[in-house]
Amino acid sequence: MKFYLDLFLTFAKVGGLTFGGGYAMLPILQRDVVEKKGWVTMEDVTDYYALGQCTPGIIAVNTSVFIGHHLRKIPGGIVAALGVVFPSFVVITLIAAFLANFDQLPVVRHALAGINAVVVALIASSVVKLGKTTLKNAPSLCVFLGVLILGELAGLLGLPENTPAGTVLNFLSNPAVLVVLAGIVGWLLFRSRNRTKEGNG
Amino acid sequence: MDPFLLIRLYFEFFKTGLFSIGGGMATIPFLQHMGESTGWFTNQQLTTMIAVSESTPGPLGINMATYVGFETGGIPGSLAATLGVITPGIIIILIIASFLNKFRNNRNVEAVFSGLRPASTALIVSAGLTVAASIFFTSNNLSPDSFPAVRWPTLILAVAAFSAMQWTPLKKLHPICYIAAAAVIGIMFQF
Repeated sequence: MKFYLDLFLTFAKVGGLTFGGGYAMLPILQRDVVEKKGWVTMEDVTDYYALGQCTPGIIAVNTSVFIGHHLRKIPGGIVAALGVVFPSFVVITLIAAFLANFDQLPVVRHALAGINAVVVALIASSVVKLGKTTLKNAPSLCVFLGVLILGELAGLLGLPENTPAGTVLNFLSNPAVLVVLAGIVGWLLFRSRNRTKEGNG
Repeated sequence: MDPFLLIRLYFEFFKTGLFSIGGGMATIPFLQHMGESTGWFTNQQLTTMIAVSESTPGPLGINMATYVGFETGGIPGSLAATLGVITPGIIIILIIASFLNKFRNNRNVEAVFSGLRPASTALIVSAGLTVAASIFFTSNNLSPDSFPAVRWPTLILAVAAFSAMQWTPLKKLHPICYIAAAAVIGIMFQF
């Protein structure tokens, strides 16, 4: 029971410190769940994060369910999910009830502009740490660059959606599509590689 | 409190959670459709709700569900909507996770994950770039003829924070310290 309380509170902290989408929770996960608690490895988090992107639902919740399940099966997954949504529930309910013009308050806008700048720095810092484990060899680097370029190309070229090239690029820039493609490419690239590694060992 | 409203809220958000793949922003088209078909909120109200959800802690998709639920049915409504939007993900992930445990050491599964890890890293970089572009420049349009002005204060703060994070004595500092300091700096210097 004490463990579930710890699980709930840890994920409540993650949820309460996430400003933005699911990617913004990465630095907090890295610090609290990986480094401090040692519940999962950073590689596990990356796997869960990838799967969380191509499955239905909210990425932050999906990633939390994976970690909770890893620790305590189904009850663990549910407790982690409830933990991560708890702060939103409290904060939004309070704001909706008492501060209808919350987003217009100058103090909120200024604070948020500062917070967003630091969130970008936190993500960059997490990515530097993450890259050391996920981008160790040439094929990994190719997949990384391929996904990054395909993901950004549609936006950078700004092709109209009604042209064939624009339609294809827009389809490819969808994170869920990119994750599935990367899985297939990974299977093709690393299948034989892992086999040779096993043969040598 | 009308129990039918709560059940409808739960199922409308269950559908949103089931069909939106790729995070909070992906729920917005579904919410627009929900507002139009149920009359629970107008597009104008939705815009406000998105702005508030973006300015408060917590995952965007959850904040949106809680907000819409509260506006429609008070606290029971926000509970129904939040639980509705997370239920499909929880069920699907629990199923995938239990399969994953069984096949984790399979060579083919391991090969697929070897491709997913760099892809996942790239998607995080990509998301970071999108946020960076929206907060460091005054316009999202990056074409040369309308090259947007740089918001120097936020850019300098981000670079300073990043440098501090790489500096060994500060590496142990919890992200919350940076977030709190940034809020204070933002207010003091009127970002």
